Amino acid sequence: MVVLSVRGLTKRFGEVVANDHIDLDVEEGEIHGLLGENGAGKSVLSSCIYGLYRPDEGRIFLRGHEVHIASPFDAIRLGIGMVHQHLTLVPHLRVWENIVLGREPRRGLRVDRVRAFAEVERLLEETGFRLDLAKNAGELPIGVQQRVEILKVLFRGAEILILDEPTAVLTPQEVDQLIETLHRLKAQGKTILFISHKLREIFALCDRVTVLRRGKKVGTLPVSSATPQMLAEMMVGRKVFFEFPRERLAKEEVLFELSHVFTDPPGVPLQDVSLKVHAGEILGIAGVEGNGQSELAEVVVGLRKPKKGKVIFRGRDVTAIPPKGRILQGMAHIPEDHHRRGVILDFSVKENLLLGFETEPPFRKGRMTLDFARIRDFARQKIQEFGIVTPSEDTPLRFLSGGNQQKVVVARELAFHPLFVLACQPTRGLDVAATEYLRHILLGVKREGKGVLLISADLDEVRALSDRVLVMYEGRIAGELSPESDEYQFGLLMGGKVLHEA
Amino acid sequence: MSLSQIINLSLFQAQLRMATPILLAALGGLLCERVGVVNIGLEGIMLTSAFFGVLVTYFTSSPLLGFLGGLASGFLWGLVIAVLTVRFFGNQIVVGTGVNVFGLGLSAFLSQKIWGSRGASDAVSGFAPLRSDLLARLPYLGPVLNEHTFLVYLAIALVFVLHFFLFATPWGLRLRAVGENPQAADTAGINVFRYKTLGVVAGSLVASLGGVFLSLGHLNFFAWGMTSGRGFIGLAAMIFGKWTPLGCLLSSLLFGFADALQMRLQALGVLPSQIILLIPYLVTILVLSGFVGRAVPPARYEPYRKE
Repeated sequence: MVVLSVRGLTKRFGEVVANDHIDLDVEEGEIHGLLGENGAGKSVLSSCIYGLYRPDEGRIFLRGHEVHIASPFDAIRLGIGMVHQHLTLVPHLRVWENIVLGREPRRGLRVDRVRAFAEVERLLEETGFRLDLAKNAGELPIGVQQRVEILKVLFRGAEILILDEPTAVLTPQEVDQLIETLHRLKAQGKTILFISHKLREIFALCDRVTVLRRGKKVGTLPVSSATPQMLAEMMVGRKVFFEFPRERLAKEEVLFELSHVFTDPPGVPLQDVSLKVHAGEILGIAGVEGNGQSELAEVVVGLRKPKKGKVIFRGRDVTAIPPKGRILQGMAHIPEDHHRRGVILDFSVKENLLLGFETEPPFRKGRMTLDFARIRDFARQKIQEFGIVTPSEDTPLRFLSGGNQQKVVVARELAFHPLFVLACQPTRGLDVAATEYLRHILLGVKREGKGVLLISADLDEVRALSDRVLVMYEGRIAGELSPESDEYQFGLLMGGKVLHEA
Repeated sequence: MSLSQIINLSLFQAQLRMATPILLAALGGLLCERVGVVNIGLEGIMLTSAFFGVLVTYFTSSPLLGFLGGLASGFLWGLVIAVLTVRFFGNQIVVGTGVNVFGLGLSAFLSQKIWGSRGASDAVSGFAPLRSDLLARLPYLGPVLNEHTFLVYLAIALVFVLHFFLFATPWGLRLRAVGENPQAADTAGINVFRYKTLGVVAGSLVASLGGVFLSLGHLNFFAWGMTSGRGFIGLAAMIFGKWTPLGCLLSSLLFGFADALQMRLQALGVLPSQIILLIPYLVTILVLSGFVGRAVPPARYEPYRKE
């Protein structure tokens, strides 16, 4: 039975048609994927269903009856709940307080804690979640916070759940747990509309999928009859290449080397980490996140000092040289969390393209001033070269999509022809087209005879791009594999299995 | 001169008295900050309400009406601040500074017009201290707690009322949620603007109690700038008290002690008065520089805009 049905829904923002006559049918008790690139109109469509936006045209039916949803309150009343991409918990309130907020059971003037606890615990039992209700919500890992969000929605009696890119903020393990959770909710008869641009998740989770592209519906099909290639093409509108030809270009010359590096906490201590990156080679670092990859990256760029061991770059010991010095010698860094370490969101595209290189001769005029004309030309050239979609070079970076922000970082880091690039999670959160583009860029760097150290939690990415792969486990290099090795072997090393055998 | 001339029960009685305006300012500031508004206009609110308390009493000869007049001015300030910062997304620091400057100027101007002096008003009848013989018989605590105006007891009662309100009732929960994460409160179906306005107006009202205390419960006239930074010290007490009513009570008692000690030392003439007058401010600086680094405010101080 069709529980939620959308007919001819159109939403315009000024000139932009975000949703163009979209039809959607969601069956009761199914997990329905809503797939599309960033900007395809997925979030707008779900926001219309949840009452955050008013559609300009079109009708929404619930169990065959037309409904008018003017606000989230209406949606909640009709049994529609939404979990937003950016979590909306109150950090200093306890978990149970967050869940009952706005619908607190009351006894006299007080919040009835006993009843609130009982009601929330019944929900826990139904969903199989295990949570410490008395903890402050802000202390929980993101994945657990998301579970609290789901509980909030269920507490308000939702039968239809909309999840807007729920995995964007999660680690791979948390994604697995979320998938398990959603399967359980489905088994209880809940209907789920799952918004994503990640094919893997659609295949792991959904019964049917509706693909959107540039505000239009491309089609709905059962996932069982789809292939990743097919969905990607529907989504992007052209052929997409997941497989890259592997070219062996590695030379003898060692560009970058870590030799028996140890570090202290905070963070995962590195223990006897050694690796070599040759010219013309991409060395991949795989592993479950949190096994020392971030710490490794910090040692490579000079943000973290090793307790023991050496960092050697172009044959010279650079262990004592700070990041800026390493950059000047030809090292580039595409950071893991580009919001925190790569860009300044309130600065313009132009300024972000300049960050870190502002003292370099081409951008300086005299001793004290910047040459803004030259900086503008440089920015325009990079915007064109990397296809950065932005209204102008003066637009604050905040208004660009995640993919374009990442392109700004990459454009800047590669601008001064580095010899060695450290790329951390370079495609996290990016859509298919931007991911494909960035991978091409990295392969281009390799083809120019430079070295790349690629750290990624996305095993497919590591295997697709790397010439050799090291697997990290608990701060050590657990072993080296060829990218062609099968997934089972990777799994063993990532789980620390081989360490015990050896 | 012996130590017992300085430290005795009447010093602690003065401590409680001097802590009261600071406590009321701190509680007022607390209500504002819990909904995400920094109210640095507390000083101006207190000064205005101290002035209007005396003004209304002067014309009606009724301290009770004066009390209500002072509260009314606090209520009006609350509305103004709420409208500017919540409705129109005004900068909280600019608005607060405006309140302070305006309060200083308005009271001086009207004081000049009415009493012919910018410096001080004529004396009016204020609130008499309340006395309980039963309480007086209690050893140690009795003399300290006894013989205060009702505003002192009201302030202490407010600590517990606010504690109950904030941490036990649904409305307190929502108020805290609104300040800390307005988006979360909004998606939970809470009217963010209403709670923010409520917090700011109630906070300003509580702070104005502190102003009325100064002019009608303490000195019985209005003097220019008579709050002498107590609004700001109240903010310091609130931060030191970690944004909780009970914490505000304890930290206000600390600042009240500094104030009482200052008065005592001045009366005894042991040190140059300029140095003695520094004591409460010195304590404020020391406390804030030592502890503020660890204090995490409960709210984001940004206007909330719906998407």
